[in-house]
Formats: sequence, C-alpha cells, structure tokens
Amino acid sequence: MTMDPRLARKLLFEMVRIRRFEEKAAELYSAGKIRGFLHLYIGEEAIAAGAMQALRPEDAVFATYREHGHALVRGISAGAVMAEMYGKAEGCSRGRGGSMHLFDAATRFYGGNAIVAGALPLAVGCALAQKMQRRSELTACFFGEGAVAEGEFHESLNLAELWKVPALFLCENNLYAMGTALERSEADTDLVEKAGSYNVPAKSVDGMDVIAVMHAVQEAADLVRAGNGPCFLEFRTYRFRAHSMFDAELYRSKAEVERWKQHCPIAAFVARATHEGWLAAGELEAIEAQVALEVGQAVAFAEAGTWEPVDHLTRDVYTERAPS
Amino acid sequence: MKTTYREAMRAALREALQRDPRVFLMGEDVGRYGGSYAVSMGLLAEFGEERIRDTPLSESAFVGAGIGAALAGMRPIVEVMTVNFSLLALDQILNNAATIRHMSGGQFSIPLVIRMATGGGRQLAAQHSHSLEGWYAHIPGIRVVAPATLADARGMLWTALADPDPVIIFEHALLYNLEGELAADAGAVDIDKAAVCRAGGDLTLITYGGSLGKTLQAAEELARAGIDAEVIDLRTLRPLDDATIIASVSKTHRALIVDEGWKSGSLAAEIMARIVEQAFYELDAPLARVCSAEVPIPYPKHLEDAALPQVANILVAAEGVMRGKA
Repeated sequence: MTMDPRLARKLLFEMVRIRRFEEKAAELYSAGKIRGFLHLYIGEEAIAAGAMQALRPEDAVFATYREHGHALVRGISAGAVMAEMYGKAEGCSRGRGGSMHLFDAATRFYGGNAIVAGALPLAVGCALAQKMQRRSELTACFFGEGAVAEGEFHESLNLAELWKVPALFLCENNLYAMGTALERSEADTDLVEKAGSYNVPAKSVDGMDVIAVMHAVQEAADLVRAGNGPCFLEFRTYRFRAHSMFDAELYRSKAEVERWKQHCPIAAFVARATHEGWLAAGELEAIEAQVALEVGQAVAFAEAGTWEPVDHLTRDVYTERAPS
Repeated sequence: MKTTYREAMRAALREALQRDPRVFLMGEDVGRYGGSYAVSMGLLAEFGEERIRDTPLSESAFVGAGIGAALAGMRPIVEVMTVNFSLLALDQILNNAATIRHMSGGQFSIPLVIRMATGGGRQLAAQHSHSLEGWYAHIPGIRVVAPATLADARGMLWTALADPDPVIIFEHALLYNLEGELAADAGAVDIDKAAVCRAGGDLTLITYGGSLGKTLQAAEELARAGIDAEVIDLRTLRPLDDATIIASVSKTHRALIVDEGWKSGSLAAEIMARIVEQAFYELDAPLARVCSAEVPIPYPKHLEDAALPQVANILVAAEGVMRGKA
C-alpha cells in the first residue's frame, strides 16, 4: 500500500502526542496539579487521530469527558488543554470546565460532555442547523458504547435519520461502560445492528488501526456530505488505563489488558509504516523529541497560568447584555 | 381589538417567524395537529415543514436538538407539550442549556426558547397537573418567564428570542381561552420587571401565571371588605425582580404570596426569604402564602379544587395577614 509519508508522519505524530500528553497528565494528577476526574484515552488514540483527518475546519465536533485526544488533534493547543486541566484562566475553557469540558470556538469544538449520550441530541441539532442554513458542513459526534444504553442514543439516531441531517456518529467501543462490560448491559451487543434499525448506514471498524479508521470516516463523511443523512461507525478499541484515576479495575483481568496492549495502535502503525517504508530512519525518535518538547512547553504554560480572580465567580452564567 | 391568550401567542409566533429567518418551531404535534393547545394552528400551512417541525415523542432529543441548533446560529423555539413531559428533557435543559456558556468559559451562548404548558385545574390528575416553574427557576443559566396576561402572551416571545441565553416560557393551560382587549399594535415587552397590576396600600399580594386572575379577583373582594390590596404579577420568575417586590412591601408592610407550586421548597418560599432578608423591619405582620396542598393532584373536581390555590383560600390568608396572624 502506498501512503504519502507526510500523512504517515502526521498520523503517528498525533497518536504519540496524545499518549505522551496523557502520560504527563496522569503524572500531574498524582502530583495534585490536576484534580477532579481525569479520563485517559490511552490505547484509543487511533480513533481521534484517524477520524479528524476526514473532517474539515468548518465541521462541528462534539465529544465526551474522555476528549483530550480529540481536542489536541482538532487543533486546540496542548498548552490551552493542559492549562484547562490545571483550572487556569489561560485554559481553552478559561479554566471553568476542566478535563471533562474542553471547548474551543475557533476549532468548532463543542465540548467534552460529562453526561453519557448527552451530546448526541446537541449534535443532531447542530447538524439540523447546518442543513437548514444550506451549508456543506457536517457534525461529528464521538461517544462511547455506554451511550448506546441511553435513550438519547436511540432518540437521536432516529431523529437524525428522520430529518436526514449531516451527522456522523462515531462510537468508540472500548468494551466497558466504566466497569460494566457490554454483554452485561446489552441484550443485543451488535451496535451496528442497533444503528441500522434506524436505517442509519452503519459499519464496524478496527479502532486500533489508524488507517482503517481514517478511511472509514472519510467514506462515511463523503456520504453524509452528499446529503444522504447520518452515518454511524463503531470502532472496536480498548482503554489501556483505568476508567478514571479512582478506578481499581476490579472488573477486568490483567491478562485481558495485556492481551489488548499487544494491539497497541502506535506500535502497530510503527511496525507497518516501517515495513511499508513510509517512515524514514529516525522518524519515530524525531517525533518523540518534538512531542516531548511540546508537552514540556504545555506544562510550563499551565504552570505559568493565572487563577481567575474570585470576584469573577459569577461571570458567564448569562451573556452580559449592554445596559439598556 | 378582542383576542385570546392563545391567539396572542400565535400572533407572537407568526411575527417571530416572519421577522427572523433563523427562527423555527419544533415540538410534538405543533404542525399537522396544530399544537396540543391549538397555539400553532395554521402555521404549518403558512411557513412550511422546514420551519414548523413535528417531532417524534423524544423530548430529550428534540430539546437537545434545539440547544444544538441554537449553538450553530439558529433561533429555535421548542414547544414541550406540557411541563410534565419536560422532565424527560431535564438532562438537556439543566446539564446542557444552562451550563454550556459557563463550562465553555463564555465561548458559546444558547439563544433558545422553550415553551411549555403548565398547571392544574382541568381534572387531568397527578401526572398532568404539575406546576414546576419553581424547579426551573432554581437553575442559574436560564431565564424563566410566565406570561399571565394577553399583552405578555403577545410580547414576551420576541424579547425571549432576542435574549442570548435560554429562556423558558411557562403558559398556564387554563389561560389559553382567556379573552380580552389587546392593542392592535401590541408588540415586544420587557422580561425583566414584575408588574404592579393593581395598586393598593394595605397588603401586597404577589403571584404569577395561572394564579393572577384568582388573586385579582380576591383583591376585588378584599376591597369590598375595606382592604386595599396591591397585586404584583412577577412575570419573570428567574431572575426575580426584587426591587418591585421590596418597594411594594415597604409601602404596605404586609405580604401574601400565591403560588400554584407545592409549598415545600417553592418559589413562594424563595420570595418570602428575600422579603425577610431585605425588608424584615418593614413588616408589620408575619408573611403568608397560599400554595398547592402537598399531595399529587387528585382527579375528582372537589379534591382538585381543594388542592389548588383558590380565591377563598387567598381571602382567608389575606385576612389573617391583616389581623397579624400567619
């Protein structure tokens, strides 16, 4: 298979960037610099890295509380994301959101949503607006397989298909909704079939293969942009770390985690890219060095950030109106 | 001109749809059926299916879709058939509409209007008679209004649409048939201030929505008994117009609140607290309130009547306040 070496490098760079950024975040969490909930994406990097390649700057993106990777690949600076996790005013949500609520108007990143399936209706509405405004944009909505148990998933897929809105439903199936395995919560574990039951074109993809992800999303995005209504993709993946920093992982075996780590999306891509000759000698080392520098700078930016004054507490509850 | 609350509301919808191409209406049965309370009757024929959207019975999805469309530059009006059904969309209203501006550090506003019918009095029993305005008024990030008059039914919608933040409009179901005179050129009204509907010097009666008519009627009967009551229509339930309330209480030195919500944790409780906080030394008598009884609203008429605020209860409570007894 041929691939533009620049694209290969970009895919690898994005995945390595997410992983190293999050490893640092976990370290900073233990050091007490980051508080609240911290949900790591490590193991699932291929999905954000691959899917974002198929999106255009004018598209809208909705994500979940496990969204550091999506935010970074979408183009929010590592410094702004890290500062947000610190709660600093220089964060991408001015420190008001934290790890679970990364927002950025410039890249049309409509947040990290901490309510499972909570963003799906928003994505349908955003896509409806795009359609009513006759714009050739789409709305991409990332969510986990846990969302499939929520009524909002079913309501949203039905509504999106009924109104033929340009929504791309991207389901990251990491097999566990927090600690509850899919087969322990769903009578029918076939997610593609569920989406298909609403007449939404649906497909399952190897979420550990960044190239497969990229191609599947490109194909689905083309369909959506052509005015055919929504598409649904399931990415089979695995979270290598605990659900959050409070999770003792009693619900899955170490052996299972180790088995999945053998399918690490970064290692798999490096092996393939090396074999195919997409990566020059020393490229991985160069990427690691570049990422280490960027993560270091992000931490420095967050450390140097400022705390919003307490007398700003009630800002941004309502839009400030010009005095009448 | 003679009109009804329903027609005034419809005129407001029509004007909004005509004036702003970003405005559209969606909800259950708003199109072909003409609206559960016939408010949107005829609008589908006039504006078409793109702007008058019938939705599936998926409150969470279509309220959330309203939020998403507002985020993306539209000015949606979402009709939730009744406040009872709005509980199925509470996640979207509280967790998204009310929080996104704040969580995003002010980057995104939600210029969304949600309309819903509220209140009891039609023998619809325990699940279709709620008055949960007080619950919604508890939430920072949204504005809550309750048009009780023809002028407000006609004028609040446009102002709500111009607001950059989510506004919930509560329409008491018993008001839709309210008839009266409305100026031919009636238009937008403010959604900030409470209104003094009847001036008086002896006692302040504070109410809103479906209870305004009963309260005004009680004030007339009190007048015949020589008690000169001032009546305040709150109009906006969040944020409350403290200034109008406190000014009136500082004049009359006595206050009674009439609120169709249940007494515990009610809007009435909040208003009493504010009066105590801000005007305690102005008071000549303990505050009092007439609320719904602490019971799911029963079906039989005699029991429903007993559960809801009535003119007779207001009179008894008002006379108690005048005697200095709560």
